[in-house]
Amino acid sequence: MKILVCISSVPDTTSKINFTADKSAFDKNGIQWVINPLDEFALTKAVKLQESQGATVTVINVGDIATEPVIRKALAIGANDAVRVNLDPKDSYSTAKEIAAVAQNGGYDLILCGKESIDYNGGSVPGMVAQLLNQPFVNASVGLDVNGSEATAVREIEGGKETISVKLPAVIAGQKGLVDEKDLIIPNMRGIMSARTKPLQVVEPTSSEVKVQGVSYDSVPPRAAVKMVSPDNLDELVRLLHEEAKVI
Amino acid sequence: MAVFVYAENINGVYKKAAFEAVSYAKAVADQAGDTVTAISVNPTDSSDLLYKYGASNVINIKDEGLKSFSAKAFAQAVSEVADGNIIIFPHTTDASSVAPMLAIMKNYSLITNVLEAPESLSPFQVKRRAFSGKGFMHAKAEGTGVIVTVSQNAFGVKENAASGSEEVKNLSVANEDTKVVSHEQSSGKLDLKEAEVVVSAGRGMKGPENWGMIEDLANVLGAATACSKPVSDIGWRPHTEHVGQTGKAISPNLYIAVGISGAIQHLAGVNSSKTIVVINSDPEAPFFKSADYGVVGDAFQIIPALTEKIKAIKG
Ligand SMILES: Cc1cc2nc3c(=O)[nH]c(=O)nc-3n(C[C@H](O)[C@H](O)[C@H](O)COP(=O)(O)OP(=O)(O)OC[C@H]3O[C@@H](n4cnc5c(N)ncnc54)[C@H](O)[C@@H]3O)c2cc1C
Repeated sequence: MKILVCISSVPDTTSKINFTADKSAFDKNGIQWVINPLDEFALTKAVKLQESQGATVTVINVGDIATEPVIRKALAIGANDAVRVNLDPKDSYSTAKEIAAVAQNGGYDLILCGKESIDYNGGSVPGMVAQLLNQPFVNASVGLDVNGSEATAVREIEGGKETISVKLPAVIAGQKGLVDEKDLIIPNMRGIMSARTKPLQVVEPTSSEVKVQGVSYDSVPPRAAVKMVSPDNLDELVRLLHEEAKVI
Repeated sequence: MAVFVYAENINGVYKKAAFEAVSYAKAVADQAGDTVTAISVNPTDSSDLLYKYGASNVINIKDEGLKSFSAKAFAQAVSEVADGNIIIFPHTTDASSVAPMLAIMKNYSLITNVLEAPESLSPFQVKRRAFSGKGFMHAKAEGTGVIVTVSQNAFGVKENAASGSEEVKNLSVANEDTKVVSHEQSSGKLDLKEAEVVVSAGRGMKGPENWGMIEDLANVLGAATACSKPVSDIGWRPHTEHVGQTGKAISPNLYIAVGISGAIQHLAGVNSSKTIVVINSDPEAPFFKSADYGVVGDAFQIIPALTEKIKAIKG
């Protein structure tokens, strides 16, 4: 079985988000880059399938050379090899097109993604890849088993869960729950050393078409100063919520 | 510029998110000088519910094959009936699975997590959530067709009655690639993303056995419950309740955070709540900086007392 895992390189979760002075772009100064946390669930799941079913795991990232440390980290976690499409992606569509172009001839049985990236929060790449490849798609997956040419995925729905059987090849977008948090793999020294020599293929993009442009960005306006209420005067809190904030 | 909107239902019953999406579509249609056509798959609810928010046509897709959900088959069905150049979806789990597939089928631009009415229609430009709530992006669509997903609880539900008519479309979309094996819906629980009030608790609660008081407070407020990430990692609460950068992003009218420190990853998912109340024993807890109202004290004393006081005024 061949698995392709899509990973996105995103600002570390503790990053303060700033924009350039003219507000036209995200300010990358001083940012640490990590594997998108939701992609880490997908990657760990793939490595588990590699162990249990002898699958091979290829990671793919659409990004410029600056994303290579993050790709090496994915290799250290256990992927067999990697592909980087040499394009600083401008929107979900261009990202999805490049992933689909690589997947097209790769003969992958399963494409795993995180359900959204924590930077631009598009949540669109996995579904777009599925449609570009004309494959079935299961989103927000919190469980996955593979059995021959079929997978059983559990997906989260509002107020419940649904178990779905899917014919492979398919695209599955995962989130927390796809594997347990405690099972996320922290690369060890051996993994890090071997990642240095694992194949990382760089391919050029197939097109430069973009469908959505980020025109400008704003920071979140600060909240007014907090009003502190004494724990001995909860009547006051109730009054404020009722009369001032009008939320109860 | 015909405006179409996907009115999502669960087991035939329209979701609040559907009314919000129709309300949004109506605002877009007013800007465009056109009308709203709502699309629904196998609804049992009356179309009157959609006219109330401004839909003037409702297309009810009848398809036995779509009794259970498949992102691809639903996208195919919507694609067959939505022949406008603006298509609105709510940003629910199902709709945000359908929208990207539809965008490829139609070769339209897709802008997700939209917060406000468009800033311009041609080109289509709109403010959206980005950086997990740590920033906003003004996104512009290229080309003429656009699909948007509207972030839940952002635009709001707005009554705006139109007189409408209903049309039934019988489709039989092929749905062979996926099959729903089982479906579990926990009844009676408020949906966290739709809830207008959320009571959330963190590691400060010490253990799962102490959640009764959080649920009591939620009950008197008609609220949904949520939690911080470590709480769901340890298994005190189901991970479906985890809010934040790697959990659910929510924007209720009132968010009450009990025994939660207010780490940046937690704030990312909740700071678009309209009013935030923080209850924490540590006066230095970072969450106070992002709160509207704060109480320094022991949650084990404050929560039961607060519950009684709210019960009294709700009387
Ligand atoms: C990659 C990554 C992603 C993450 N994503 C998320 C996310 O999506 N959501 C999230 O929540 N976190 C996330 N985190 C974790 C985050 O950094 C914090 O660790 C977490 O939010 C802390 O949870 P907490 O506030 O419940 O616990 P703690 O940090 O342990 O804080 C407990 C709080 O309870 C207070 N307290 C203790 N006893 C009482 C009492 N009796 N009465 C009142 N208050 C009391 C304490 O003063 C303290 O402020 C992420 C971390 C990483 C590394």
